[in-house]
Amino acid sequence: MEMPVIFMFLMGAAVLAYVVLDGYDLGVGMLMPAATEDEQSIMVASIGPFWDANETWLVLGIGILLAAFPRAHGVVLGALYLPVVAMLVGLMLRGVAFELRMKALGWHRELWNWLFWAGSFAASFFQGVMLGRYITGFEEGFVFWVFAVLVGASLCGGYVLLGATWLILKTEGDLQKKSIVWARWGLLWVALGVALVSLATPLVSETVRHKWFDFPRTLGVMLLPAATVAAGFWLWRSTAALKRGVVGRDARPFGAAVAIFTLAFLGLAYSIYPYVVIDRLTIWEAAAHPSALKVVLIGAVIVVPFIAAYTIFSYRVFRGKARTKLYD
Amino acid sequence: MDDALLLARAQFGINIGFHIMFPTLTIALAWYLLGFRIAYQRTGDAAWLATFRLWLRIFALTFAMGVVTGVVMSFQFGTNWPRYMTTVGAIAGPLLSYEILTAFFLEATFLGILLFGMNRVPDWVHIAATVMVALGTTLSAFWILALNSWMQTPTGHVFADHQWIAADWVKVIFNPSFPYRLTHMLIASGLTASFVVAGLSAWRLIWAPYDTSAARTLRTGLVVAALLVPVQIFVGDQHGLNTLEHQPAKIAAMEAIWHTERGVPLVLFAIPDEEKKRNDYAIELPYGASLILTHSARGELRGLDSFGEDRPPVAPLFYGFRLMVGIGVLMLLVSWVGVWSTRRGRPAPQWMLWGFAAFTFSGWVATLAGWIVTEVGRQPWLVTGLLRTRDAVGEASGTQLGVSLTGYILTYMLLFTAYMIVLTHMAGKGAAPDHGPPAAVPSAHPIAGAAE
Repeated sequence: MEMPVIFMFLMGAAVLAYVVLDGYDLGVGMLMPAATEDEQSIMVASIGPFWDANETWLVLGIGILLAAFPRAHGVVLGALYLPVVAMLVGLMLRGVAFELRMKALGWHRELWNWLFWAGSFAASFFQGVMLGRYITGFEEGFVFWVFAVLVGASLCGGYVLLGATWLILKTEGDLQKKSIVWARWGLLWVALGVALVSLATPLVSETVRHKWFDFPRTLGVMLLPAATVAAGFWLWRSTAALKRGVVGRDARPFGAAVAIFTLAFLGLAYSIYPYVVIDRLTIWEAAAHPSALKVVLIGAVIVVPFIAAYTIFSYRVFRGKARTKLYD
Repeated sequence: MDDALLLARAQFGINIGFHIMFPTLTIALAWYLLGFRIAYQRTGDAAWLATFRLWLRIFALTFAMGVVTGVVMSFQFGTNWPRYMTTVGAIAGPLLSYEILTAFFLEATFLGILLFGMNRVPDWVHIAATVMVALGTTLSAFWILALNSWMQTPTGHVFADHQWIAADWVKVIFNPSFPYRLTHMLIASGLTASFVVAGLSAWRLIWAPYDTSAARTLRTGLVVAALLVPVQIFVGDQHGLNTLEHQPAKIAAMEAIWHTERGVPLVLFAIPDEEKKRNDYAIELPYGASLILTHSARGELRGLDSFGEDRPPVAPLFYGFRLMVGIGVLMLLVSWVGVWSTRRGRPAPQWMLWGFAAFTFSGWVATLAGWIVTEVGRQPWLVTGLLRTRDAVGEASGTQLGVSLTGYILTYMLLFTAYMIVLTHMAGKGAAPDHGPPAAVPSAHPIAGAAE
């Protein structure tokens, strides 16, 4: 297989890992205002050991874009300049607010709670806006911006779904019951968002339209939306089962949410391939010099297994339900 | 210089300057944490555990500041300097990737175990996790300084397929200025952390003279600083000689040497005049610069006039260098006097505690001054001899840059204010034996209150 294709897979894997992992902690952040103060402490404790590392996947994704597709890094981030800034400000606020809220009391804590929520929300929304702008090849015009805002809102819904299902997995009692309700609302929101975006994307992009509505290939690729719908049903049923009081299946809703994200991501990747900047740059045109790709690949092959191993180790250390105490 | 270039540089400079403060502190603070953690393991003394936890909280907060500002950096390479990546991306990209792969995940993941996992993993795993965090912060310094040093003194590259690529990675990484810069930076981090540890402990002792944990960490910080400052002075001198060999224009600007001469005096202070190419109100030591830089009183030093247009501006380098060296000298004084006055468990006098507290962030000031010297001193090059800064700038409009710069500055001011408030607050409360009851609830046990 060729180098640029390998790196497209690597970058895709890093971005998907980021979206799922930081997605659940951004989602938990957005759900904060809906919880009581005690519940907020548990919610924060459930993401505490992980959020730093989760955010590192974004740096890796951007790092691979930088190292493997330097031409695209400039074009993409240049075109997304202001949404990127807004997202970064959101990420900064929430990251620091997360640390500070644990050390504050009274109205200080309220302030940092609010900033944690606002930062999570802004980061999620503008990531969606970035995605929306990216899919349409950064076309200017009212329709394209409406589309970007729509994607932003949908991604917020998606992260809320991830966050709520994460809380189902990591909490118990009343908070878990609340999370089930949040997850079901989140799922409806996502279903609406995914449906709208799936319908709108072929309308705003001719390239994507050709990809999906080209018989007989269409029949094959329609498996993706079908599987996404199936995962959605699975999520709905698994939360219904939990509502009825079935125990020991707390991980299923999160698994289903991850499945939805993975399928949607694959659909997106299929829409765009072989472009890295749609209609403008293919992965071969944007690829870095082979010597650079080779050395990064060697490093990745050696190091990524270690990263995977200690990440799994960390999730094993903190398996089970989250408790409030910091040094538990 | 046109507006977009100026704004792009200002924005990148502010971001990187703000970012660098936090890693500078965490690199060495991680090793302090390891020391505190091992001290607790060996003695079983609960006070060491409390000390470890206090500094772990400070570390986590500082680390978070470093992570979030670091994420910004990864985006700005592309947004502000797209031509940088298309010209030298084949060298910069892999080095940055190695930093992310080998360092960022390591430190971030094991920090989670450090913070939340103490009762979930065996002691040795917890200590190993502390080692991993320290290793991660140090590895990240290794890679980023390899890249930075390569930009200063590039070696091991060839021009192929319209860009610069690595011909020999060992030469790229171990380029001539790298060993000096890495050592200089790691010791700078050690000094920054030492003065923060000593300064915040002094701050606590001002309010709570009975706090033996704070007295112990004050002493630790002072001793480490007293040992490191002389080493840093030696390493700094060697780094300067290395710069003279590879970037003579930077030295000429640092010392404000306008014309090539023999027996050049050392300018202790002056107001350099860039227009008239001379120094006003100069206080000079005859033959000083020649002696220091060539080890001969009659040694010849190249002046700025011999470099034509390819030379950095004088004022930031001249003042920045003097600020850094001045703080270094004061650090030597403060740490040695401090070690002497706290010998054999003596308490430091109150006025001296205020002095240590005042020096808490001296490492940041010196580090930033040093970075201004070395980075502005690279101008007009982005990569010495290969790529000029003005050729690398992106297409972002002045308006976009202006809006985003304002956004960044406001965010940074908010974050920094909050960070400082929380830091001094945590340090003022000291290493309480436990995470502590909420401050709003008055302590029901007078003895517990006294023990705090």
